[in-house]
Amino acid sequence: MKLRHLCIAALLLVIGLAPVKVTTAQTGGTIKVGILHSLSGTMAISETTLKDTILMMIDQQNKKGGLLGKKLEAVVVDPASDWPLFAEKAAQLLEKDKVAVVFGCWTSVSRKSVLPVFEKDNGLLFYPVQYEGEESSKNVIYTGAAPNQQAIPAVDYLMKEVGVKRWVLEGTDYVYPRTTNKILEAYLKSKGVQDADISINYTPFGHSDWQTRVAAIKRFGSAGKKTAVVSTINGDANVPFYKELGNQKISAEDIPVVAFSVGEEELSGVDTKPLVGHLAAWNYFESINNPTNKTFIDQWHAFIKNPKRTTNDPMEAHYIGFNLWVKAVQKAGATDVEKVIAALPGLETPNLTGGVAKVLPNHHITKPVYIGEVKGNGQFNVVWKSAGTVPGDAWSDYLPGSKDIDADWVTLKCGNYNRITKKCSGQNYK
Amino acid sequence: MFGAKLQVIRQFTLRGQWILLLLALLDVDVLHAQAQSKDERFQSLLAELREASYADKANIAERLSQTGHSSVRAVLTAFLDDRLYFRNDDQKVFIAKAADTDPIELIDPVSLKSSGAAPADLLNKIGTNNGLRKVLRTTVARFGLSNPDASVRFGAVKEMLSSLDEPNVAMLRERIDVEKDSRVKREIATGLALAALDGADARARLDAIGTLNHSVSQDVRNRLGLLLDKSPDGAYVESDENVRKAAERAVKTIDRWRTFYSGFETLFFGLSLGSVLVLIAIGLAITFGVMGVINMAHGELMMLGAYTTYVVQVAMPRHIETSILLAIPAAFVVAGLAGVILERTIIRFLYGRPLETLLATFGVSLILQQGVRSIFSALNRSVETPAWMSGTLQVNDALAITYNRLYIVIFTLIVFAIIMVVLKRTRIGLSIRAVSQNRAMAKAMGIRTEWVDAMTFGLGSGIAGVAGVALSQLTNVGPNLGQSYIIDSFMVVVFGGVGNLWGSLIGGMSMGIVNKLLEPYSGAVLAKIFVLVALILFIQTRPRGLFPQAGRAAEDK
Repeated sequence: MKLRHLCIAALLLVIGLAPVKVTTAQTGGTIKVGILHSLSGTMAISETTLKDTILMMIDQQNKKGGLLGKKLEAVVVDPASDWPLFAEKAAQLLEKDKVAVVFGCWTSVSRKSVLPVFEKDNGLLFYPVQYEGEESSKNVIYTGAAPNQQAIPAVDYLMKEVGVKRWVLEGTDYVYPRTTNKILEAYLKSKGVQDADISINYTPFGHSDWQTRVAAIKRFGSAGKKTAVVSTINGDANVPFYKELGNQKISAEDIPVVAFSVGEEELSGVDTKPLVGHLAAWNYFESINNPTNKTFIDQWHAFIKNPKRTTNDPMEAHYIGFNLWVKAVQKAGATDVEKVIAALPGLETPNLTGGVAKVLPNHHITKPVYIGEVKGNGQFNVVWKSAGTVPGDAWSDYLPGSKDIDADWVTLKCGNYNRITKKCSGQNYK
Repeated sequence: MFGAKLQVIRQFTLRGQWILLLLALLDVDVLHAQAQSKDERFQSLLAELREASYADKANIAERLSQTGHSSVRAVLTAFLDDRLYFRNDDQKVFIAKAADTDPIELIDPVSLKSSGAAPADLLNKIGTNNGLRKVLRTTVARFGLSNPDASVRFGAVKEMLSSLDEPNVAMLRERIDVEKDSRVKREIATGLALAALDGADARARLDAIGTLNHSVSQDVRNRLGLLLDKSPDGAYVESDENVRKAAERAVKTIDRWRTFYSGFETLFFGLSLGSVLVLIAIGLAITFGVMGVINMAHGELMMLGAYTTYVVQVAMPRHIETSILLAIPAAFVVAGLAGVILERTIIRFLYGRPLETLLATFGVSLILQQGVRSIFSALNRSVETPAWMSGTLQVNDALAITYNRLYIVIFTLIVFAIIMVVLKRTRIGLSIRAVSQNRAMAKAMGIRTEWVDAMTFGLGSGIAGVAGVALSQLTNVGPNLGQSYIIDSFMVVVFGGVGNLWGSLIGGMSMGIVNKLLEPYSGAVLAKIFVLVALILFIQTRPRGLFPQAGRAAEDK
């Protein structure tokens, strides 16, 4: 009897935890494309969409006749928002499934977790999310924004256009906000902002009781100088934060909040009333009026069979990444990782907002920067855009240790070359 | 006005007073011409809005309000609400009757008469940004100054105080003598006193400080603080020593009051966090405390309650205000039923084997999460906050209590009271207590213990569902909602003393308050860690919690 119940319990556990594996059929004559995005757990909310984006791109490429005369085949694995599992699944993709390329990861922790695997097995990863920088790997193409393509322009906008004098840097307690805030703090100080006018604070993941923090922001903002909040608050903690701002009657007109991880997808599950007027900085907005963008949105709606689904910045990054990979394979004439990596720098492909994304020697790409205000319908009203595109900078120019570091995989063949000591410390990011 | 004039003319004609008619006609012509030029000017300013930058738009809005045209207010209000459009084909500017409809019903901005409708994609919105909306809000506020509703006037004055420029001060000065409402009058007086601080007369400045002494507003404090500053050359900004001394005293008084109120605010924050903790723990206090079942799916039962709120709201989209009240019984039934099914199909086979119960219910929690993900998608669902639950109860300038938190504190106390009544005053409550104290004896007295078990578990689960309704107003409604609260709810029950509902109430409230008292000094991350460490130390010395069960019943466990 007892054994039976234990079995039931174990079975239930297994059912609950079992990863979803869509296709891993072994067939010859296809090129395998790995998709490493969480389909369950906390990150499923953001990452499932990216899996679907790549599936759509593969579908379209196959309709065009595939690549190098072969069909593309998606291999989808579910790392279940579990960081060590990301490394395991990456190893499975590279070693067992022998995929030609992987599109995947969202959080910086997951990227750091798979990095050693990709470098050991010499794989190729396209990483589509804005991140904290301070990294450049031979095996990764960073199609999301580096800090100088998102955070720094956003702060510049607030400083110059809105006249902000006092700054609250509010973040969730993990690597991306901490590094970004370190860069922003150094940047603000270089612009003459006093210590007393910067307040930095961190809250735990999923923080839901914002009363004290919002009251503190209100106090900090009532010193008679224009104040803004730069938010690197992640995921689910955002909604309670904006709700509390709304309830305590802090409007975007008084203290605007600029966020780096609130996009169309996140807003679709939210009562947008308290967010209206607050800002977000991205390299793409769904509302940008452009024929390429319109085609992409229509294709996405047709593919996902839901005309209400939104598009967002990381989806554009995957769109760019996929097209770049296709071009690189065509240029190299093979899917061999070494050749494709060599072919990538210098390649150009149109982005969805009318510009061109070019792969730089540091494995980052050029991107335009947009700042938008949240509208009641969950879309953004663009209030500022950069003149042309901004090249991604792997190593920040505002951090003491990192400003002497260069990343160049074409001439220097190094991700962190120190210009002072003239040394390349290999893949050791210290 | 034109029509009225015509009537006058007709009367004159009937009386045959020709000269007067001539004069009147002349008058009409002049007036007509003036009105037309006013309309034209208004129209041309409106046309400028189409292509202007945000800064220019603010400028145009100010000029529009200076025209004194009768439809300025309607136009600026529409502009503020994002309801100002221009038509693609003839570039004419219109006001939309309501936001986000298709086709859009149009109103002519000059005559304010309806002028048909147009499909949304043939119209272009004249956009606003934060800076512009701020300007528009103060401009529109000036019109509210003569509103018959005192609370509208109060809001208008508050808005004007945030930008005290020449025209605003002049309007306030005019208004103070006619204002009847004492609250509005006091606010106007504050504004005039703030303006008087810039005046040249030291006596007037001293009087102004006397008025401001009674304020607790941060803006007033900042302004008075400026009087104590020194300019770069070392001299005081305020030349008169008496004024300076008065200002110093006033700043001290205001600071003292603000500290007092901020202490009060922290206490309320603590109570509200505490009541959330109590609310999520009461259900568990019944299933874990009274029945001894470690239910890891407790959080997912809360999640079911939150999703029920969402479904109820989707089912009645026109009644957001009342749907939340309906959601409370609905969530109780849904989560309660889920609890009864869980008890009947799984937990009843595992009584007395806590480890296996833990594993099984953990499995159930994962199934429920993935189930919700399959049905509702992994994306969070949007539960709207009804208007009566958003906003703040503004006690004074230094103290504001948010309504949603206030209601949740009250709600928790009501739920707690109901449970106490059910357990202490009803027959089922008597049975529950009897079974939990001595199962064999209760059975011997003819109580159907199996049925009581199911009902108890259903009650505890139902309360979890009700907690979910409250959580839907505070946080995301998504598949992970339960996980983020399960640990907290166990902590409260263990801290308060297993099997004691009063313990959960006191325990939850005190954990909330301690957490909020620590947070301003240590930050949210450390505050949480401190509370956890303190809890571990406490359990080390008093393993049975704050209010341990006494007597024979306790020894069986």
